[in-house]
Amino acid sequence: MLHVALLLLRLPLVGAGATEEPTQEPRAPGDPPPGLALFRWQWHEVEAPYLVALWILLASLAKIVFHLSRKVTSLVPESCLLILLGLVLGGIVLAVAKKAEYQLEPGTFFLFLLPPIVLDSGYFMPSRLFFDNLGAILTYAVVGTLWNAFTTGIALWGLQQAGLVAPRVQAGLLDFLLFGSLISAVDPVAVLAVFEEVHVNETLFIIVFGESLLNDAVTVVLYKVCNSFVEMGSANVQASDYLKGIASLFVVSLGGAAVGLVFAFLLALTTRFTKRVRIIEPLLVFLLAYAAYLTAEMASLSAILAVTMCGLGCKKYVEANISHKSRTAVKYTMKTLASCAETVIFMLLGISAVDSSKWAWDSGLVLGTLFYILFFRALGVVLQTWVLNQFRLVPLDKIDQVVMSYGGLRGAVAFALVILLDRTKVPAKDYFVATTIVVVFFTVIVQGLTIKPLVKWLKVKRSEHHKPTLNQELHEHTFDHILAAVEDVVGHHGYHYWRDRWEQFDKKYLSQLLMRRSAYRIRDQIWDVYYRLNIRDAISFVDQGGHVLSSTGLTLPSMPSRNSVAETSVTNLLRESGSGACLDLQVIDTVRSGRDREDAVMHHLLCGGLYKPRRRYKASCSRHFISEDARERQDKEVFQQNMKRRLESFKSTKHNICFTKSKLRPRKAGHRKKDGVANTETTYGKPPRDLGFQDAAAVVLTMESEEEEESDSSETEKEDDEGIIFVARATNEVLQEGKVSGSLEVCPSPRIIPPSPTCAEKELPWKSGQRDLAVYVSSETTKIVPVDMQKGWNQSISSLESLASPPCTQAPTITRLPPHPLVAEEPQTPLHQFSDPRPSFTFPPSLAKAGRSRSESSAEIPQQQELQPLMGHKDLTHLSPGAANRRWHIQFNRSGQL
Amino acid sequence: MPSAWPLTCLSKRTPGSGPGASVSGKERAQRQAVSSDQIEQLHRRFKQLSGDQPTIRKENFNNVPDLELNPIRSKIVRAFFDNRNLRKGPSGLADEINFEDFLTIMSYFQPIDIAMDPEQVELCRKEKLRFLFHMYDSDSDGRITLEEYRNVVEELLSGNPHIEKESARSIADGAMMEAASVCVGHMADLPRCCGGPVRPVAVIPWGGPELPCAPLPLTA
Repeated sequence: MLHVALLLLRLPLVGAGATEEPTQEPRAPGDPPPGLALFRWQWHEVEAPYLVALWILLASLAKIVFHLSRKVTSLVPESCLLILLGLVLGGIVLAVAKKAEYQLEPGTFFLFLLPPIVLDSGYFMPSRLFFDNLGAILTYAVVGTLWNAFTTGIALWGLQQAGLVAPRVQAGLLDFLLFGSLISAVDPVAVLAVFEEVHVNETLFIIVFGESLLNDAVTVVLYKVCNSFVEMGSANVQASDYLKGIASLFVVSLGGAAVGLVFAFLLALTTRFTKRVRIIEPLLVFLLAYAAYLTAEMASLSAILAVTMCGLGCKKYVEANISHKSRTAVKYTMKTLASCAETVIFMLLGISAVDSSKWAWDSGLVLGTLFYILFFRALGVVLQTWVLNQFRLVPLDKIDQVVMSYGGLRGAVAFALVILLDRTKVPAKDYFVATTIVVVFFTVIVQGLTIKPLVKWLKVKRSEHHKPTLNQELHEHTFDHILAAVEDVVGHHGYHYWRDRWEQFDKKYLSQLLMRRSAYRIRDQIWDVYYRLNIRDAISFVDQGGHVLSSTGLTLPSMPSRNSVAETSVTNLLRESGSGACLDLQVIDTVRSGRDREDAVMHHLLCGGLYKPRRRYKASCSRHFISEDARERQDKEVFQQNMKRRLESFKSTKHNICFTKSKLRPRKAGHRKKDGVANTETTYGKPPRDLGFQDAAAVVLTMESEEEEESDSSETEKEDDEGIIFVARATNEVLQEGKVSGSLEVCPSPRIIPPSPTCAEKELPWKSGQRDLAVYVSSETTKIVPVDMQKGWNQSISSLESLASPPCTQAPTITRLPPHPLVAEEPQTPLHQFSDPRPSFTFPPSLAKAGRSRSESSAEIPQQQELQPLMGHKDLTHLSPGAANRRWHIQFNRSGQL
Repeated sequence: MPSAWPLTCLSKRTPGSGPGASVSGKERAQRQAVSSDQIEQLHRRFKQLSGDQPTIRKENFNNVPDLELNPIRSKIVRAFFDNRNLRKGPSGLADEINFEDFLTIMSYFQPIDIAMDPEQVELCRKEKLRFLFHMYDSDSDGRITLEEYRNVVEELLSGNPHIEKESARSIADGAMMEAASVCVGHMADLPRCCGGPVRPVAVIPWGGPELPCAPLPLTA
């Protein structure tokens, strides 16, 4: 590390030294003056930007080095490391150049380094969380900061009066108040840097972080007011000045927020019309946000507040308007800039501290300040929390208060403000600078280092990283509506009432005005979550599919994830069946040992499951336009595919699961029915059917051979959803196609066009064996318990749907077939390399029960039959020959195989 | 700003006890200290809604103009008359509710008190969840079926005219799949529902695992 630093540092210095000679040399001969020079050294022309680039590069390299060791970064926050690095670098610069260079200049800091960080935090602020806690945030930001500033200032002044501060420190009450105002504000950069690594729960984070952002307005006002009072001299301050000071608090904060909102509006409106010039979308976001910052700064309003509000306000509309690519670009650029700025700030802070000419030490002042800021912060937090807890639904408990008090980090804002002080007006500036540096270093390094262990030790509720689930989103929306409705009924205009009003207004006017029509149409949070989940599922499916097929050995990619049942999600669901599919392929391998088969399967899988690159894209190399979003289109297509697949699977599950299950595991059927959850099988009682068995089977067989390709294709298509049942579904589909059964109306999704068979499939002899293989597979996979579980709910859904659609006949098999599966399973198992994976999973006791012994199961069959007359009457009317046919066909295959 | 109705006051009866059942003296004293003015306020509102009648009927809710835009308005109004929520019976709807019933419904929305012990908090949350569950489970068979869930989602999305019913359906399907993946272990554990043909199969049974959601007004 040191090497790198030295090298980089020396480069500009050496360069600076070397500048003289090369620029001089060409001129020395004196011939045609500028003329032809082979080599010219122009350090001075590039010096400034070059140095900036080098510093940033250095900071980034330092970051890389820090993160080489996970251990270090897990213990020490990056900000600490950077400050320490800055100290080292500052020392080196001081030693080499004999004077301190490269300070953290307030101008640079406020104009260039701070805006990206604030914009990033404002733009990516979880707005719902922020507004839900707005009351607490505002209280802490306004009351807390005022409290901190005044108490610290007065206490320090008292300290001086008591004679504990050296008399060298020439400062009156106003000076101390000024110092108190700049030292009291919690710093957003420091808080963000430390809290991002601590992962406390969202509420705590948003309160501390929101406070640090919003208190800027208070800090700015206090600082300016105190500063002007100091400059005026305490004797000249009129009563009206105090009033003005208070008024300016409102002007600065509300003005800043208003500027931010105006720019947010402009930004949203502008992005509405960028459809043809997508390329400038990211730029617009940055430009207008920066313009908001500068405007607020120009009008001496709170610039931080302006950018925060701008980011917060525009996000919803901008995200809806700009293209997917632009969104990514905005996100990454913002994050990059922010992290870059943060890194540079901390490093420069370290470097600046080395410059001893700027500061003067006074132990009394330093220690006193340290004590007071900690003490008053804690006191303020406790007092305010006590008041807030009277109103909050979820009170902040003691642990939260400890973290909030301890998390009040001071940072670069305080440092920049103290540097800005005028030495002639504030004689004690040097002492203040020293104190600020110590305070900043103490809070960032000591508190930053210890907050993580503290949080662990106190067992603060951490943030849970869970993916958004559809149910969560739905329920949250329901809550909102219920709460708003209850407030309406009660006639109480509270938070929910106003939020509801705002949402109505937003939907009616704002969104319509600020969003593209196309975006506005599909704009809905629930839908968004659904869409995202679908995309994720599709992607994970594709990943899974690729993985499954490429592995030659017996791999069960999803097995580890099965260990925790609680973790299941839609994705896992797919994954589960992914494992089923995987096993299927192994079965196929052992039976046919065909690479061709695998290829064919892969082919169909890709055909069915993947995005089809149908069009060729025109090659475009315009600088001003990006070609139409291929990715977006791709997403859309993947999404649609996935949707279709899902709907298909829903459609099919309602017919199929039941028989797979009852045939293979009659014992389970009995068990389920007992649960009263999956009562499907009991509803299909129709014993007299079995006369038609042979005929029906023959019919379906012919159909099967005709539609073989299709069955195969749909089989591969749906592998992701249910590993077990695809054969049945295939035929089911065939049947459905043939007779357009009523079930289609339930999920009338367009059918996926079956892909054409591969050449190999057409020619190869084993093609004829397909359907029997499929049954084989289906029987095999049922043995995997996870799939069983899945079946459980599949079944429930299937029976659910049974109201609207013809169910399959169930009873005949149960009555006729009982011994079959039991016999069938046993010889099959040893044939394949894998053993029943059941023991390796952990299941809730309820599930363990499901895998009960076979002897028990046979005992349950009669019981089940007993119940059938009870349940059966309902569905008699639904019975259709088609459904029955499917049944027979499966049985036929089954016995044929045996 | 966390400011749902601070109905700390309202009596919370144990399920099963009739509408007239009263809470223990201590509890009442504890609660009533905060509450009397709130109850008064509610009473005023109740009268306003009912037009000075002793009971409220469904039609009275039509007079609340703010409710009109609520997409799940009908479900919410229904919840006020649901016998399960009123603790009057296992199913069915009441025609009209009196002030006490009104308070009973409101008591579902009481905030969690700091002073409550964990058991009470748990009970309180469960009550809130139950209220929500009853709203979804419109046929009061103790289960939320896919059809019922679809209804809820459709209503939720009805505010947006651009989203078709079809999408609402597929969202409900997706949500159900998700819920099923969480609940499936417990579904097998449910006691057998005996007697007669059981209507559509349960997908989210009450008493199953915790729904993946935050309890009602707890989200500050």
